[in-house]
Amino acid sequence: MLREIGVETFEELLEPVPGKFRLTEKLHLPEPLSELELTREFEELAKRNIGAELVCFMGAGAYDHFIPAAIDHILLRSEFYTAYTPYQAEVSQGTLQAIFEYQTMIARLTGMEMANACMYDGASAAAEACLMAMRITRKQRILVAGSLNPRWLDVIRTYLKRNDFEINEIPFLEDGTLDIAIARKLIEGGTAAILIPYPNYFGLIEDLQPFAELVHEHKGLLIVAADPVALPLLRSPGDAGADIVVGEGQSMGIAMSYGGPYAGFMASRTKLARKMPGRIIGRTEDRAGQIGYVLTLQTREQHIRRDKATSNICSNQALMALANVVYLSLMGEKGFREVSSQCYHKSHYLEKKLLEIPGTSRVFEKTPFFREFIISFPVSSIGLSDRMIEQGILAGMPIVELGEGAMLITVTEKRTRHEIDRYVKIATEICSGGSA
Amino acid sequence: MKTIFQMSSPGRIGASLPELDVPAESSIPNELSREGDGHVGLPEATEGQILRHYVNLSTMNHHVDKGMYPLGSCTMKYNPKQYEDLARIKGLSGIHPMCPDELAAGSLELMYRLGEFFCEITGFEGVSLQPAAGAQGEFCGIMLIKSYHESRGEAYRNEVLMPDSAHGTNPATSTLADCVVVGVESNEYGLVDPEDLRRKVGPNTAAFMLTNPNTLGLFESHIEELTSIVHEAGGLNYMDGANMNAMLGIAKPGEMGFDVCHLNLHKTFATPHGGGGPGSGPVPCTRELARFLPDPVVILDEKGNYSLMKRQDSLGKLMAFHGNTGVLYKAYAYIRTLGAEGLREVSENALINANYLKAKLGEYFDNPFDNGPCMHEFVLSGDRQAEQGVKTLDIAKRLLDYGFHAPTIYFPQIVHEAMMIEPTETESLEDLDAFAEAMISIAGEATEKPYLVTDAPINTPVLRLDEVKAVKELCLVEPDEKGDNQ
Repeated sequence: MLREIGVETFEELLEPVPGKFRLTEKLHLPEPLSELELTREFEELAKRNIGAELVCFMGAGAYDHFIPAAIDHILLRSEFYTAYTPYQAEVSQGTLQAIFEYQTMIARLTGMEMANACMYDGASAAAEACLMAMRITRKQRILVAGSLNPRWLDVIRTYLKRNDFEINEIPFLEDGTLDIAIARKLIEGGTAAILIPYPNYFGLIEDLQPFAELVHEHKGLLIVAADPVALPLLRSPGDAGADIVVGEGQSMGIAMSYGGPYAGFMASRTKLARKMPGRIIGRTEDRAGQIGYVLTLQTREQHIRRDKATSNICSNQALMALANVVYLSLMGEKGFREVSSQCYHKSHYLEKKLLEIPGTSRVFEKTPFFREFIISFPVSSIGLSDRMIEQGILAGMPIVELGEGAMLITVTEKRTRHEIDRYVKIATEICSGGSA
Repeated sequence: MKTIFQMSSPGRIGASLPELDVPAESSIPNELSREGDGHVGLPEATEGQILRHYVNLSTMNHHVDKGMYPLGSCTMKYNPKQYEDLARIKGLSGIHPMCPDELAAGSLELMYRLGEFFCEITGFEGVSLQPAAGAQGEFCGIMLIKSYHESRGEAYRNEVLMPDSAHGTNPATSTLADCVVVGVESNEYGLVDPEDLRRKVGPNTAAFMLTNPNTLGLFESHIEELTSIVHEAGGLNYMDGANMNAMLGIAKPGEMGFDVCHLNLHKTFATPHGGGGPGSGPVPCTRELARFLPDPVVILDEKGNYSLMKRQDSLGKLMAFHGNTGVLYKAYAYIRTLGAEGLREVSENALINANYLKAKLGEYFDNPFDNGPCMHEFVLSGDRQAEQGVKTLDIAKRLLDYGFHAPTIYFPQIVHEAMMIEPTETESLEDLDAFAEAMISIAGEATEKPYLVTDAPINTPVLRLDEVKAVKELCLVEPDEKGDNQ
């Protein structure tokens, strides 16, 4: 090959690299491993992730849901996972149609007219939705619910870190719902959007409509950060007046995998599609009139519009969106509602049982919740969590900002009555000062 | 092909759940419940139907395991199969991201070591593994640079310089980071013109963003001069690492005057592209910038424990959790498989393969910047064919008929009718020859039977698609039964 190129040695190919920058020593990296040795190393590392063996009642943005085996059989098709972004549509119809179906399912779930082909994760989708709302309204203030996942708020702050942008928090009341009276004051004088989690970080279900009315009166947009698993049961954000709906798709067939890769979704109304970030798939026809799919509205995107693009996003999380669409197909209309319903009932069952422990109480009275709730234990929630871990249970997320005993607890459809009862038994012993 | 919705029939289900084993005592209040009869509009189909549907769809894709994918700047190399299994080991895939650190020691140790590897490969001292993709890595890098200027009381620096051949993400990132783009011209050799850079830097210079090797596949030979010009003006240098596949074990960005870069694990480090993602875009940087890294970073304490930490001056979070961890697992496996010598061999072979194809095709296509060896990719121009009425788009489509993916086309914009070809190191000599023969054959067709090229593709699942219609008659979702949603 070197002869064909017209050089004698490989070094001649490095002629453009100044000599002083050419490495003379090899990199300091561990010696290479064979396939078998590498498997052993990974198994050793995996063993040290003791947390993966615990019965998981932790949520707070990532959830231990059931994942049907068939999903991975699709994700592991080389045709899907070793393909690139579908730039050449004629040889990418598989990815394109699958993502078109994904867009459809996300739009239907959220009650919106269209969705994009996905974002990195729910948090970055929320941040991009804020930027989108600012572009549309030409206003520079966002009101964010104080009951939003704090990690999401951090991401929004990073994306909106500009002197001329303003983020104000709407505080929540004693029952955990948002204080609309304060929102009315904060919204004056140019607000681009209100962003509300649905359900919120504490699992509580907010009534969206009053906020939709408020923000629309002020010519702003309502952004809803929705938990997709709750949507088969809840009034859809679209029906309640949302203009942009974002969320985390991890709950729909994606492993927790220590934080990623997940997939953020983003849905909106068709008239706002041209202001949206990210890739969008559209249906069209080929020269013979046959239906086909292409990347569309590309003039919004960085590779064409460059510094005027709606976002810098290029690669998204397409394979994870594929996991979502296969999951939603497998679960289907009935199964996904069943998942939602079981999460609802199992979490209510655990909450009721825990409230029977002397000294425990609700932090937010009466507000309806979904899958997640906050309990205040009579002991330190951090201490309780540590002792539950000894018993093989990841009890939840201590939220000390709400009190020393406060814990955010999640129950998915995957948890059995036996596991839930065991949780209650051990928690009871710990709370009564017994040796669990 | 029919959509999954068109195969739906009421009552079918593709997965089963255990019966509810707790009492169902309460329900969501009516005013908060799903509207209408609660119908969502999800499909109702059996597992068999669903599998057949998506398997049939999959067969309509071109992919690396089927054939060559010479997309310039995308580094479509082979993805080793073992890594897919490793990333799915339950201990690694089944762990909650907020699990206490000591219970996630395996993942944390892997991430820490991987960060060390990246620092060694790039010549830097700090790293963030959080960015989900290259573009988010760029955003991270520019925000690090802004944090640095702010910390020195120079928050007014808001100009990001970049050559006209930059990836579209570079200018888009600058806008996202509230900076303005200042273009720098390339010279007749396709390299950044140091004189123009000197004219453009100034008291407002925040950063210089450069892809090296650049998007023409050429190493910026004056790199030291370029980075010095920027440093002297008080700016910092950002390297877009999209083309790092040319430099593994050959040269380090940290030694060339760059202050920060990103890596594309889904390019250089063999993690699969997944039809558009997930990627991962770790950001190595100098010690000086490390204190601003996103939250969290992985640290190792004196007792040998790994943990997640937020640095005091951190610029904040880019993602809710720690990054695309599942992708990091695979990149770690890749580096452990290859070691130092293996990584260098990757880049050597990437350079040899690219130069080999460049030599083979030189006679048949124009190459406006052919002034010696290229690095891992090169850019041809379809000008000669365009004069015969065959555009680069046609050549790209005709390649699909020959069983190859097309090169990156019409980029970089400084080359007319551009075709950017990156074979990668994992293509065999036979595959390179077959690709060269296809290109040469198409060059012949362009002269003798141009209709074969302009009518292409014909051997694909669909013929050339009407992108204009897609925009004019927007159809972004399947219409529902009521005919809404269109």
